Amino acid sequence: MKVILQNLTKTFPARGKKASADVTAVDNFSFEIPDGKLIGLLGPSGCGKSTTLSLICGLQKPTSGKIFFGEDDVTDLPPENRGVGMVFQNYALYPHLTVLGNITFPLENLRGKDKMSREQMNAKAKEVAALVQIENLLDRKPSELSGGQQQRVAIARALVKMPRVLLLDEPLSNLDARLRLQTREEIRRIQNETGITTVFVTHDQDEAMSISDMIVVMKSGVVQQIGAPQAVYNDPANLFVAKFLGTPPINVFDGTVRDGTLYIGDAAVLSAPGIKDGEVTVGVRPEGFIPDGNGALVCRQNRVEVMGRDVSVIASHPACRTESGVIRAIISAESDISAVADTVSFSLKPNKVFLFDREMEERIPCKLS
Amino acid sequence: MEKNNAKAWLYLLPAILFLGVFMVYPLIDVFIYSFEEGYNSASQTYFGIGTYNYSYVLHDPYFLQAVKNTFILVVITVPLSTGLALLISVGLSSIKKLRNLFQTVYFLPYVTNTLAVGLVFMVLFKKTAYTDGLANLILSIFNAGPIDFIDGPYWAKMFVLCFYTVWVVMPFKILILTSALASVNQDYYNAARVDGTSRFRMFYKITLPMISPMLFYLVITGFIGAFKAYSDAVALFGTNLNAAEMNTIVGYVYDMLYGDSGGYPSYASAAAILLFAIVLTITTINLLVSRKHVHY
Repeated sequence: MKVILQNLTKTFPARGKKASADVTAVDNFSFEIPDGKLIGLLGPSGCGKSTTLSLICGLQKPTSGKIFFGEDDVTDLPPENRGVGMVFQNYALYPHLTVLGNITFPLENLRGKDKMSREQMNAKAKEVAALVQIENLLDRKPSELSGGQQQRVAIARALVKMPRVLLLDEPLSNLDARLRLQTREEIRRIQNETGITTVFVTHDQDEAMSISDMIVVMKSGVVQQIGAPQAVYNDPANLFVAKFLGTPPINVFDGTVRDGTLYIGDAAVLSAPGIKDGEVTVGVRPEGFIPDGNGALVCRQNRVEVMGRDVSVIASHPACRTESGVIRAIISAESDISAVADTVSFSLKPNKVFLFDREMEERIPCKLS
Repeated sequence: MEKNNAKAWLYLLPAILFLGVFMVYPLIDVFIYSFEEGYNSASQTYFGIGTYNYSYVLHDPYFLQAVKNTFILVVITVPLSTGLALLISVGLSSIKKLRNLFQTVYFLPYVTNTLAVGLVFMVLFKKTAYTDGLANLILSIFNAGPIDFIDGPYWAKMFVLCFYTVWVVMPFKILILTSALASVNQDYYNAARVDGTSRFRMFYKITLPMISPMLFYLVITGFIGAFKAYSDAVALFGTNLNAAEMNTIVGYVYDMLYGDSGGYPSYASAAAILLFAIVLTITTINLLVSRKHVHY
């Protein structure tokens, strides 16, 4: 089932005397979610991603705009008539019911021709329990389960009615690091097996990049960029997206373009043909640095961190505008780099360097070399 | 370890002393009194040990009347006040406008002076030389009455007593239940809404189980409170409750000790022990039932 969001806007009225303007949580969001894909809504807290999920779910009504599931306009439908399954951040499992009771709860609500017998319900519940691999936990109470198991029960409950769209709100935020890796694979597998269009919300870019077919990066209610994770990473639309994706984060420098050449400080690092002269902001991915004795970018070397597979060089440069104040370059462990040197010189990989407008922070399209 | 134990006892000592002198010792004493036949408080002597006190109390029509009154009071007021409080709390938590106003209004009886309340009930029910009371005024619209609620038939007096009790105990229950309702995580309701749960089923399957610990707390304390009722009856019908047929078990105990026909600590003790046995039994049953039905 494809989901179409058309100019979706949600504003919350200003509260209190001091607040002057209404708060716009989601601003003119348009996106067509292809059928059977896993979509990650990504952004810092307060960017409107959870509100977007609530709008798709139907728990909140949009101020303007429309939502379609396939050909059906569901904008004014209450959540129960939309055919959505929702997994809440805290799972919202009913503590007084067993796992089986929790999973059959949505089925017990069915009335009329959809009404199921107890045997049918239990059979259905066992089917989804097998899908999320919790068949042996059906008699337990939620308080007797681990976080990961509760998560699976919540997913099973959301899936048992075979929803047209599955929604997950921060599905991994309550799990520890190990379980998070495991569970995100699990979500990917369940989504693949059921083929249900799935939207999940996260503030963790690792999580979104690793399992999504497409990611939507949001900031202050406005969609910044939509695309396949790798495409967005390789081709960020603006400085915000470039900074938000990738660990360690992108390194930012003040740069200047003069006569078709890009300068960081006084160093002419790359040629930038066809770009208007002026001040720019330069973003360099950590893997975009090549240690090179003749490299143009000479930095003061602070320290070297060896991490097995690769080495990160922590350096500083006067033009660096990264929030931490230092440059972090990731280079191959085979590179010949001295841990005790005072300075380090880099040349840059052109495809890992992005230019942004200094004022607007929009990407300047260009071909560096 | 030994030293720690001594320290612990030292810290507990003030409370133990206080409770021992004013709670445990009198309790034991009451138990002993209840078996001393023909005890004379002036000479501090008695004839013998036996169960005569119990048999006297159990055959005393005043005591039987008091037991009947107390049971009627308990059976009517506890479910009624808890049910009404639940209804009002659910109503309160589902409105947004004027919620604070209503909350205050419903809590007022709790902070109102008993004498002022008595006055209000006089206006409502008391028949005087000038007026039949507000209740009778309303009844007269429907061509009924007048009924003397304070000195009239038994059921009318019992109605006033139950009405008064329900009205007095409700504010506290509403307070407890509104906070219990507010503490139920909104996500449960959102999850239920997404799954298409009807409002009734949400209440029955989610709200009630979630607040069941508080509900049972209120029922148990409500039972105990109602069994110990006395002052309410006095406020409404004066001190001669036996004559008014409105006595309660605690009232009977008081009368046996200090009333006009009083001076019988043995009978009073026996009645008190009987009340204790009744409350203990009912509370035990309550706890057994609640263990089955209260979640967590």
